[in-house]
Amino acid sequence: MSEPMIKFDKVTKKFGDHVVLKELEFEVQPNEMVTIIGPSGSGKSTILRILMTLEPINGGVVYVDGEPLWHEERDGKFVPASEQHLRKMRSKLGMVFQQFNLFPHMTVRRNLTEAPIRVLGLSKKEAVERADELLEMVGLSDQADKFPAQLSGGQQQRVGIARALAMRPKILLFDEPTSALDPELVGEVLQVIRKLAEQHEFTMLLVTHEIPFARQVSDRVCFIDGGSIVEQGPPDEILTEPKEERTKEFLHAVLHPDE
Amino acid sequence: MDWIDYLGPMLDGAWITVKLTFYSTILGAVFSFLFGLGKLARHWYFKIPSVVYIEVFRGTSLLVQMFWLFYALPLVGDILGLNMRIPPVVAGVLALSANIGAYGAEVVRGAIQAVSKKQYEAATALNFTPKQTLWRIALPQAIPEMMPPFGNLAIQNLKDTALVSLITISDLAFVSERLRNLTQESAVVYTLALFMYFGMALVLAGMLKMLSQYVGTWRRAAGGK
Amino acid sequence: MLFGIEWNTASNLAFATSILPILLIGLITTLKATVVGFILAIVIGLVLAALKGAPLKVISYPAAFVIEFLRDTPLLIQLFFVFYVLPELTGIAIPAFVAGAVALGLQYSAYCAEVYRGGLEAVPWGQHEAIKALNLPSAYGFFHIILPQAIPRIIPALGNYLVSIMKDVPILSVVTVLEMMTIARIIGDRTYNYLVPLSMVGILYLILTLLASFLVRFIDMKLPKSGIPLK
Repeated sequence: MSEPMIKFDKVTKKFGDHVVLKELEFEVQPNEMVTIIGPSGSGKSTILRILMTLEPINGGVVYVDGEPLWHEERDGKFVPASEQHLRKMRSKLGMVFQQFNLFPHMTVRRNLTEAPIRVLGLSKKEAVERADELLEMVGLSDQADKFPAQLSGGQQQRVGIARALAMRPKILLFDEPTSALDPELVGEVLQVIRKLAEQHEFTMLLVTHEIPFARQVSDRVCFIDGGSIVEQGPPDEILTEPKEERTKEFLHAVLHPDE
Repeated sequence: MDWIDYLGPMLDGAWITVKLTFYSTILGAVFSFLFGLGKLARHWYFKIPSVVYIEVFRGTSLLVQMFWLFYALPLVGDILGLNMRIPPVVAGVLALSANIGAYGAEVVRGAIQAVSKKQYEAATALNFTPKQTLWRIALPQAIPEMMPPFGNLAIQNLKDTALVSLITISDLAFVSERLRNLTQESAVVYTLALFMYFGMALVLAGMLKMLSQYVGTWRRAAGGK
Repeated sequence: MLFGIEWNTASNLAFATSILPILLIGLITTLKATVVGFILAIVIGLVLAALKGAPLKVISYPAAFVIEFLRDTPLLIQLFFVFYVLPELTGIAIPAFVAGAVALGLQYSAYCAEVYRGGLEAVPWGQHEAIKALNLPSAYGFFHIILPQAIPRIIPALGNYLVSIMKDVPILSVVTVLEMMTIARIIGDRTYNYLVPLSMVGILYLILTLLASFLVRFIDMKLPKSGIPLK
């Protein structure tokens, strides 16, 4: 068994007095596709945000690609990470947001090229080539010169995925990517995510309520509640025959909301 | 003298008013960005001077500021042994700029803070540096937000230029006062002056509206959806 | 000496201490002018706003023009107009203080009219629709539903203009209203020391403004506005 790509080692996260993650232990293998499900407030988005360096941790160590994320090793001890270290680690991760968070004042193409040019140092030509390839992959080549506000939600989210991919990260984080979309637009986004999952070129962490989709694309499903993992395993196990009572209750509430 | 004869000198004065407005608005915009961004800085040596500047120049009367620069500053110079006599035009433009700069700084600060936190998260996720985030992501989105209040400040500035007549600058207000003293035709002179200022304000408002539209092109693209 | 008080030019500090009471007398005039000007502004502003909102274009267009005109012309010229031209037209001599307060009132009535309009427009359109749907009489709806939601926005804006009026009072010195700035100039003219009086006036205004701002914010906090969404 190779080294995990992501490792949470007794990670605690508090917002004020509220403990969101309680000494969480969690691992993801390289190129594994893991879906995290759970009720709101369970901490699932927080896991992603900690990885993307949007939230610091209060206890424990997070490892990404073998190195600590929020700490640096100095003389054999762990000290809080410097901004330099965070930037280095950040380049291995990419995130797709629930609200897309596209830059409204830039065209679709520029949304995709801006960071590769400014952060990765690509030439304009290289960045545009890469952007056009990605737009082709998500099926939006004809929207390249439009502004985000002119696109539908599903189109905007596909641009969001392309923008994250443009940075060639090793790990892709999807924070409820379809929760803000009208139902008929969800499918086009899930299709793109499925394509990526089938390539097996990225480690992917998906937080979602789309249970049937999770069953189809995931290597592993984790059910989180109250800041720790209740149950995890292959999708067919967890989603069809969960062992824990809480898991059963949650799945029942999500899949049969009117009962 | 017929009222038509007043127009000549009054237009000369109006031209001075236009120039004063132009220079002080531009310099004021520079101050606005400088101190507006300064107030948002993390380091206290940028933040504290910015806060002090904003509070002092927003909290005191423009006329007092102008008079202070023109009458009192030389006396400070005497105490320090330096020549700090500044020409009236410099005192006028400086006071106007400092004043509009302080109000503008709050506009700049507010507009930048109004940019959604989520934009900053997206920028962090893409590994932009804080400086890149400010200049390429936050400011371009803040600037269209600033335009309407800035427009109002510019017009306010135009009106405020009338005060420089009190430190001997020959702007429209000064010329009007001189003409009134000469001819005692207060009604005609002041009515003309009021309408000339009104006209200038409308032109300025029009120009600012065009600028505001140019700056907000990407916002109006959304209207197409 | 001024107002019967002598000043002491022995040192800058002695000078400052001795003219303070004189300046404070001017402060009272400053405050009076501010209050009267403000009252005129909110009343005239209300009238103008009501006229501008009238359904008849014959009324609303001229009202809109007047508001725009007052807003876009300098206070200084408006003051000169009131002080010099009105007496000519009406034949009555207008005291400087009255002219000053009226000019302040006129200039700021335009801003206040805008505040009223903005506050009312900010109330969500859905509220008007709910009033109609529940078949409430429109006058009742206006006073009991719309207005209470508009006021939390209107009051702080008006408060800010109160502070602005106070900062514009020195302009009244051109018609020799005896507020702080005029007194500072008189003292300066007579002693050739402008630095001390002007600096003191500046500091006094700063203190006044800070106090007034606190007052406005305090009133803003005390306003009953629970549940009303304010951006």
